Amino acid sequence: MQGERVIIRNGFVYDPINKVNGERMNIYIENGKISEEFKEEGAKVIDATGKVVMPGGVDIHSHIAGKINAARLFRPEDHKGDVVSKTTNTRSGVGYSLPSTFTTGYRYASMGYTTVFEPAVTPLEARHAHEELIDTPIIDSGLMVCLGNNYFTLKYIKEGEVEKLKGFISWLMKAVKGFSVKIVNPGGQETWKWGKNVTSLDDKVIGFDVTPKEIVTNLARVNEELGMPHTIHIHCNNLGSPGNYEITIETMDALRNIKPVKGRKNVVHIAHSQFNSYGGKTWRDFSSGAGEVADYINKHSHVTTCIGQVIFTNTTTITSDGPWQYRLWLLTGNKWTGADVELETSGGIVPYVFRKRNPVNAIQWAVGLELLLLIRDPWRVYLTTDHPNGGPFTLYPQVIGWLMSRKSREELLKKIHKAASTRTQLPGIRREYNLEEIAIITRAGTAKSLGLKSKGHLGVGADADVAIYSFNPEKDSTSDYEKIVSSFSKAAYTLKNGEIVVKDGEIIGSPMGKTFWVECKAPQEQEIMDDLEKTFYNYYTVTLTNFPVQFDYLPLHEPLKTMV
Amino acid sequence: MGKVLKDVVCSFCGCLCDNLEIAVENGKINPVSRACKVSISRFVNYNKDRVPYPMIREKGGLVKTSLDEAINKAAEILSRANWPLIYGLSSSVCEAHRKCVELAELVGGVIDQTATVCHAPTILAFQEIGEIHATLGEIKNRSDLVIFWGCNPLDAHLNHFVRYSVTPKGLYISKGRKDRTVVAVDVRETRTTRVADIFLRIEPGKDYELLSVLRALINGKEIDLDKVAGVSMEEIRELAEKMVNCRYGVIFFGLGLTMSRGKHYNVMAALSLVRDLNKKTRFVIIPMRGHYNVKGAGVVLGWQTGYPFAVDFSRGYPRYGPGEFSAVNLLANGEVDAALILAADPAANFPVSASKHLARIPTVVIDPKISMTSLIADVVIPSAVSGIEAEGTAYRMDGVPIRLRKIIDPEPGVLADSEVLQLIIDRVKGVR
Repeated sequence: MQGERVIIRNGFVYDPINKVNGERMNIYIENGKISEEFKEEGAKVIDATGKVVMPGGVDIHSHIAGKINAARLFRPEDHKGDVVSKTTNTRSGVGYSLPSTFTTGYRYASMGYTTVFEPAVTPLEARHAHEELIDTPIIDSGLMVCLGNNYFTLKYIKEGEVEKLKGFISWLMKAVKGFSVKIVNPGGQETWKWGKNVTSLDDKVIGFDVTPKEIVTNLARVNEELGMPHTIHIHCNNLGSPGNYEITIETMDALRNIKPVKGRKNVVHIAHSQFNSYGGKTWRDFSSGAGEVADYINKHSHVTTCIGQVIFTNTTTITSDGPWQYRLWLLTGNKWTGADVELETSGGIVPYVFRKRNPVNAIQWAVGLELLLLIRDPWRVYLTTDHPNGGPFTLYPQVIGWLMSRKSREELLKKIHKAASTRTQLPGIRREYNLEEIAIITRAGTAKSLGLKSKGHLGVGADADVAIYSFNPEKDSTSDYEKIVSSFSKAAYTLKNGEIVVKDGEIIGSPMGKTFWVECKAPQEQEIMDDLEKTFYNYYTVTLTNFPVQFDYLPLHEPLKTMV
Repeated sequence: MGKVLKDVVCSFCGCLCDNLEIAVENGKINPVSRACKVSISRFVNYNKDRVPYPMIREKGGLVKTSLDEAINKAAEILSRANWPLIYGLSSSVCEAHRKCVELAELVGGVIDQTATVCHAPTILAFQEIGEIHATLGEIKNRSDLVIFWGCNPLDAHLNHFVRYSVTPKGLYISKGRKDRTVVAVDVRETRTTRVADIFLRIEPGKDYELLSVLRALINGKEIDLDKVAGVSMEEIRELAEKMVNCRYGVIFFGLGLTMSRGKHYNVMAALSLVRDLNKKTRFVIIPMRGHYNVKGAGVVLGWQTGYPFAVDFSRGYPRYGPGEFSAVNLLANGEVDAALILAADPAANFPVSASKHLARIPTVVIDPKISMTSLIADVVIPSAVSGIEAEGTAYRMDGVPIRLRKIIDPEPGVLADSEVLQLIIDRVKGVR
């Protein structure tokens, strides 16, 4: 907060970006930023003795605003067992897999998270996502914009007009106040609008004569040439299907020779790779393909990934992958909602229960952990559950527990279907994460991948977003699963811009978060204005005038510059 | 002639046409082009029948008061009530809806919106079955089979045909009307059924049967009947074939389905039919929402509370109870003891038993215009007309959010709905 000074004293600080690894030290905060050391006089002092201090958590992929609202409305049964009462300083709400907006902000903050990115916004409904962010307190955010099936993407690739595609994305990010380029089932959503799907990188998209490979390579190239802070972010083809590890590797490999923008090595982020690392050919011989995917990532520096870990619980699948959601309806018989958005996306919602005794679900659980444990560089693999697809974000601490405690994994392996032991490598993996690595996969690495200089670290000038956990690395055992889960579920303190927002897991302050967006200025924007006008007039049902999102929807925002 | 504004959004019906040309001169508004009859009337007459000033009831009559006094009285009514009802919303903007939820939570009341008396069955069926949905542009760009079931857009959503569903050319519909087969299913002839290529006139209250038989047919079941719902099996088989053989079909449905015998069972049958059709081809279904932002009311309630309508806060957290916490039931049963009505007119269109109770309990009305409800209210606070005198967000019937513009200033001292609600919230907090 403005003018206020805070000292976080004597905690075990984990700040991997600044190479601080569990050292006992003080953190100084002034005017909402991490500052140089100052005298204690007049400052608020938080005693962090015997506690872990980390930068505030940064979630790279969690469905918190926009499309998720249809799922909230779809599933009253999800909410009734998890209600949140109003207090003197917080709003009421509901939870479980589809928390209301206020509850989303509070629950993230109480876990020590302060920044969360919404990974799938269709441009025409971006205004809606921004509206929800206004009502999502505490956390900062940004919107990833679905472009892998967008009319302009497909048209310009078909016509070989890559410069115009650059102009379009530059214009669109400003128009919808978007943060980065998201690709969901490249080509598959458009094809689903005719009831079909694409299943190989060389399939043709109906109506456009372009392939998924052309979509991802062109978008990656444009993304790097524009200098977007984050790479393209892909939900691969064939998500959820047996044998899909192959197309995941093919997708990564198709992007191997894309030249990254100066300042980073990677050019692609594979989203929720757990859902795209399966072996076998059918549901009967379904197995893990995590070894192959991890091996590829270990050998190639151009890829980052988040996991989409599965947790055994009743949750909701919600994606822009229309044909996959249709298939999931056929598989489960659970209720199904679908939605096609003109010229942009399709998508759907199907409730889903991950069961311990189901062989496929047990393997899925193991695959996520395999990826997290087999990918050696923690800077390139991040913890997510693809909330709510693999499970609600509130259960991240369980994943942290499994990563830190081999014993806890082995105990759970005994209780779940034996396929998790026989068709994955998980039982043989000895690795256990340490706290530094946890800090990397939950905040430092994600902030870096997103290109957020002010987040994910505690260096001077960083936003003073800090999480303090009641875990004493000198006394508490890292194999104590229960202790890990309880410590990371309820932060001892969370600070947002230097303001104490959480104490002992309870919300005590609820400031508004800000929204990051990227202000591109590609000169090619001029070249597409005629196309925009014609296309909006002919094929959209909203005028070009009324399409852009006004600043009224971003009461607190920070435009980022491109890296070129 | 004054300035002409382009691409103005009409805030009347769920079509939310956003391409109007409007001339503004000396406080008068004249639609120049693209507005439908109803829209023209809304713009031209926006300043008629206005609530002239804040009023409170004294000795049986409404008397002029200050805004401050009206806000005080409203806050007092809501604070003193044991279980107040907040109702309406659909003809206001989302910014006001957000305040309504906050106020309902603050006073521990119930919030309900007008969907409760129109498309609530649609929502219940959606929660049971799911809905294969599309934005209206997909209909314009792809739909070669368009079915209107229990709705009459040529009288109720006047620009629907030309902007979205019947005549426009689109990406894969190069010839417009000629590329489409239009089907109407209704219990009587209407303007819409008259222009349809196929009209199935069904017996009242038999929608469920017809929808179920169509679903059985498209799933390959044998039907041994001559007629269903008064329609010959021949005609039904023909329609089923058309449904399976189209490329991208759509059913638009209205209150003829939701408010006739069967209610949400009818809609469940329609949703199931459309869902199953996706095994054969692509098919979607879109409810014809009436008020311009009734969709938005559900959206806002959804993100703030998890539920679309009939939400109670008396326990401090949101509880969903269609029927139990629906405005009509709460009023007719005499369960609520105060009400705030935003941009709706329940006294005019609720059952008499509900209206009578509304007249008995202290009621606050926020509305730009005089309504039946304002005449029985205890506090009436005028507000700016959203989309004309105030900006804000509205959701089209297909869920596309559009920003309404302010095209003319309101009278001095007249605030937007959200501003009035914020004042009441602040006052209620002050009282406590």
